[in-house]
Amino acid sequence: MTRFLLKGLIRDHHRSLFPVIIVTAGVMTSILGYCFMHGIIDDMVRSNAKLDTGHVKVMTRAYGDISRQLPNDLAILNVGDLIGDLEGDYPHMEWTARIKFGGLIDLPDEHGETRSQGPSFGIALDLLGPNSRERDRLGLKKALVRGHLPQAPGEILISEEFANRLGADMGDLATLVSSTAHGGMAVQNFTIVGSVRFGIAPMDRNAIIANLSDVQYALDMEDSAGEVLGFFPNLIYDDKIAKKTARDFNSKIHQPEDEFSPVMLTLREQGGLGEYLDTVNSRVAIILFGFFFVMSLVLWNAGLMSGIRRYGEMGVRLAIGESKGHVYRSLLGESILIGTVGSILGTAIGLGFSYYLQEVGLDISSMTKGSNMLMANIMRAKITPASYYIGFLPGLLATLVGSAISGIRIFKRQTAQLFKELEV
Amino acid sequence: MNNGALITAENLVKQYPIGGRKFTALNDVNLTVQKGEFLGLVGPSGSGKTTLLNIIGALDYPTSGSAIVIGTDTKELSHRESARLRNEHLGFIFQTYNLLPVYTVFENVEFPLLLLGMDTEDRKKAVMGILDRVGLADRAASRPSQLSGGESQRVAVARAMVKKPKVVLADEPTANLDAENSHNVLQMMAKLNEEFQSTFIFATHDEKVIGYLRRKITLNDGRVAEDIETTPQYN
Repeated sequence: MTRFLLKGLIRDHHRSLFPVIIVTAGVMTSILGYCFMHGIIDDMVRSNAKLDTGHVKVMTRAYGDISRQLPNDLAILNVGDLIGDLEGDYPHMEWTARIKFGGLIDLPDEHGETRSQGPSFGIALDLLGPNSRERDRLGLKKALVRGHLPQAPGEILISEEFANRLGADMGDLATLVSSTAHGGMAVQNFTIVGSVRFGIAPMDRNAIIANLSDVQYALDMEDSAGEVLGFFPNLIYDDKIAKKTARDFNSKIHQPEDEFSPVMLTLREQGGLGEYLDTVNSRVAIILFGFFFVMSLVLWNAGLMSGIRRYGEMGVRLAIGESKGHVYRSLLGESILIGTVGSILGTAIGLGFSYYLQEVGLDISSMTKGSNMLMANIMRAKITPASYYIGFLPGLLATLVGSAISGIRIFKRQTAQLFKELEV
Repeated sequence: MNNGALITAENLVKQYPIGGRKFTALNDVNLTVQKGEFLGLVGPSGSGKTTLLNIIGALDYPTSGSAIVIGTDTKELSHRESARLRNEHLGFIFQTYNLLPVYTVFENVEFPLLLLGMDTEDRKKAVMGILDRVGLADRAASRPSQLSGGESQRVAVARAMVKKPKVVLADEPTANLDAENSHNVLQMMAKLNEEFQSTFIFATHDEKVIGYLRRKITLNDGRVAEDIETTPQYN
């Protein structure tokens, strides 16, 4: 009997092929949307963490209030001791100091006169420490376009785009003109040893990356840093642990009445990132729910149309002696089969497209040229374990519920009524 | 009740609610049908022929009175029991053939046997046997869309007869057929009636069908107006 019903299902494209196509398309689009949004959010979190926020960040409250202005005069003092304390109290995280600074980069000609110059945004980090993981965290090796990573004091990296604009070659001298933490003028010579491209518009526009101690020296910030960042060793953000760490640190160290007292903020607490991620997540959830809802409606409608089209068949089957329950169960069985096949196909195709978008991505660099958001120029999907089942259950349930509801109409109908419709 | 009768209707009434009023489709119908009869319910449209056929076929329930079919009061049957009664003892033939379009001729005829749970070999034998009887053994692999009207109705007859039912209910079986095909199908049914001793009950107003009947029950406004033995005009 099952084989007989299966034959009918396969041969009748209205009952099999079209619903399978609908479920496949729905599940595929849902998975692609989920993976893509997940990829974008994940990339945004990672980019922000590695370049700006860390997983937690310690700074003075005064610095934090106006951190976008890079106020190094409000930096943390005795940063070596602070990092030592943090490493002792919170060994589950890796701690590192950074300085963000702005200034003018001047490239001299052979006579010492300005050949070209431009405003730059700089990040100073521990590039030369034997145990430093900063090079890996920023993915400098991967980002390197020309030259090599700094191997000695006084060597810097410059963004490839900035280097091209300035006409800088590897080995060229570059003078940083900036202001010290005390408001004086800072002038420091560096050697450009490499160019990098991060694929993140604000960094690629005019960034320089220098060794922390060089910049501390240049800006009169010995044993001082604007920020101390904490990272989970696996580089995966854990909001619960981050919050717990920040709460503990602030309760012990932070003094609310002292604006120079260090305060620890989690990734989500910085720059409204948490609210932004929550908003994006809720929008994604709404979009996915809406999509599944519409898919259910379409499948329900398809089930109804198919049911109406099959009244004649139902009538014959009942007249021949099949029970209503058996007819109804066979309808549900068909829908489970269609939902399963459609969901498997949709999941496979959705994951295929997602994999492509994960590996190749979607280049949006033309749109992010002027952007200040730490967002990659190439948007990538991300396949997670949830991607394998997120579309499966709704695909199956939408089909089953659609058939169950439409089937009830047939089930509740008087047999004689169905029989009468045979003559229509 | 007539002892030994295959079907007995006693004081049968069927009413349908229409726009707040009740339409009486059958009004105090009494009749008995014996094994092997070849009878027709005749009368104009709306006289109650199909309603009576539906009640005998356990597809509908009487409002009052009783319909005893093969020893069972259909009013007392659950849906499942009605289905079993139809499955085991009744065969249906429709005006528009109602073959399942996605299945072959063989599979259409095989379907009632699948419901009976017959094993594969017996099924194959029974299906090919009845297709042979209706002259369609060579069309077993064809789809209904590839058949003529006459052939389709012969398949419908084969489907109704394959399980050798005690009663065959045929609702206007020749309405969509030309005269030649009508006679072919009717001759075939008369022959099967004789061979299998199945009782045939037609709902019809087609004179060609009436010409084959051995008993004619005329319905008018839901009542039995006449119930007479007739001599078939055709053989």
